[in-house]
Amino acid sequence: MAAALETHNLTKHFGDSVAVDRVSFAIERGVTTALLGGNGAGKTTTIAMLLGLVAPTSGEIRILGMDPARQGSAARARMNFQSPYVDMPKRLTVRRNLSIYAKLYGVPHAREKVEAVAEALQLTPLLKRRTGSLSAGQATRVGIAKALVNDPDVLLLDEPTASLDPDTADWVRGELEAYQTRSGAAILLASHNMAEVERLAGRVLMMKQGRLVDDAAPADLVKKYGRANLEEVFLQIARREEAAQ
Amino acid sequence: MIASLQRISALVERQWVLIAGSWTRIVSLMYWPLVQIVIWGFIQTHVFAEIGPTTTLVAISAVVGAVLLWDFCWRSQLGFALAFQEEIWSRNLGQLFASPLRPGEFVLALMAMSLTKTVIAIAPAVIVAAVAFGFNLFSVGPVVFAFILNLVVFGWAISLFASGMIARYGQGAQDMPWALMFGITPFAAIYYPVSALPEALRPIAHALPPSHIFEGLRAAIGENRFDAGELAWATGLNLVWLAAGLIAFFLLLRAARRVGAILQIGE
Repeated sequence: MAAALETHNLTKHFGDSVAVDRVSFAIERGVTTALLGGNGAGKTTTIAMLLGLVAPTSGEIRILGMDPARQGSAARARMNFQSPYVDMPKRLTVRRNLSIYAKLYGVPHAREKVEAVAEALQLTPLLKRRTGSLSAGQATRVGIAKALVNDPDVLLLDEPTASLDPDTADWVRGELEAYQTRSGAAILLASHNMAEVERLAGRVLMMKQGRLVDDAAPADLVKKYGRANLEEVFLQIARREEAAQ
Repeated sequence: MIASLQRISALVERQWVLIAGSWTRIVSLMYWPLVQIVIWGFIQTHVFAEIGPTTTLVAISAVVGAVLLWDFCWRSQLGFALAFQEEIWSRNLGQLFASPLRPGEFVLALMAMSLTKTVIAIAPAVIVAAVAFGFNLFSVGPVVFAFILNLVVFGWAISLFASGMIARYGQGAQDMPWALMFGITPFAAIYYPVSALPEALRPIAHALPPSHIFEGLRAAIGENRFDAGELAWATGLNLVWLAAGLIAFFLLLRAARRVGAILQIGE
């Protein structure tokens, strides 16, 4: 069976600057993989290329075996994402926004699906509210609901709990774990919360200056770098990066 | 590759809710065409009353008709371009382009919204022109629908280029829809015939579909005849302009993806 998500020598140049440099990885279904790295490491550009928002300079992407350059619509129908870099229309109610995205993703029985996702993420009381009137935490949860509305086989999450209080963040992580167990989806997670990564991710892709510098299970990385936890590993790599600059 | 009606209607629904949920948006859609028709109606009533009763009615009809028809072009152009910009202002463009929505479906949805907004905007002005200035747009005959369709399509061609520029160059290009239309206006032969232009500028006018529409309108109102040649020129040119607009939009969108502008747009 084809990997859920696969890149081969994925590269992106912005003028003279190399944002992503020959990155290759394959992500299997049923696994949460964390994409880690300091600011400017190339995580967001990598995710944007996977979503089709940024065109690669060179290299290949395969989503569920499909080439997004040729089968972009079909590939994107089976994936979804949540990101702080985009919003949903603020004047529309939560229900309307979720319903419109359900239809854009070709979800059958969109209305029932919206009710079910809202129920699962405890958003039912918010369905009639305008999206622009929500708190940052509520808006993040609505963003996650949108990301799950089509039961994606590939889910890309960029800082999914960044604006949530610890209790809600913990609850959302539980929901993501439950979704993955239920659906067998592949999840690619970009996060600066190392405790979150250690809890959710079975594998870590570490990026530095656009390149993939490590690829291992969190526990193996901790062992390899001789540190107490993943946060210390991250700091060691980031500071080495700063020293090099 | 078959367009998805479900995806197109979802985007139309998103845009329609914005209008239907805001009376201020509806009023502002209707406001400018109404103001235009009232101003031009009074100006022409006053000016041509001095010329004499034989020419007055025809002259008033030609100018009021031209004002109404040109507004179809303006409103279709703005209806498309502003619907595109709504997605930028709400930081929704990234969500849309990361969804299964194809660029062609996006364009069709914006065209549908443009048509809807144009009808809402122009209908009151058409009624006022008939009631206050005695000009019934539809008295020109069924050909008026062909004139309107051509002007709407030309509006789309311009807005496709303008929206592509905004996608590629960001909000710095946000005045493009207005600037392009103002730039075209002197050559569109709306209020005067192409022959009124200096000879050197006439080829520009002849390359624009609206100039043929307005020459056709003047023939219909002033000489009571249908000029099939002008309509054929307008339609043929429009096909070229629309194809050019579509190509420009898709190329600029591709360029926007290449430089990462879709993610940064709105900033």
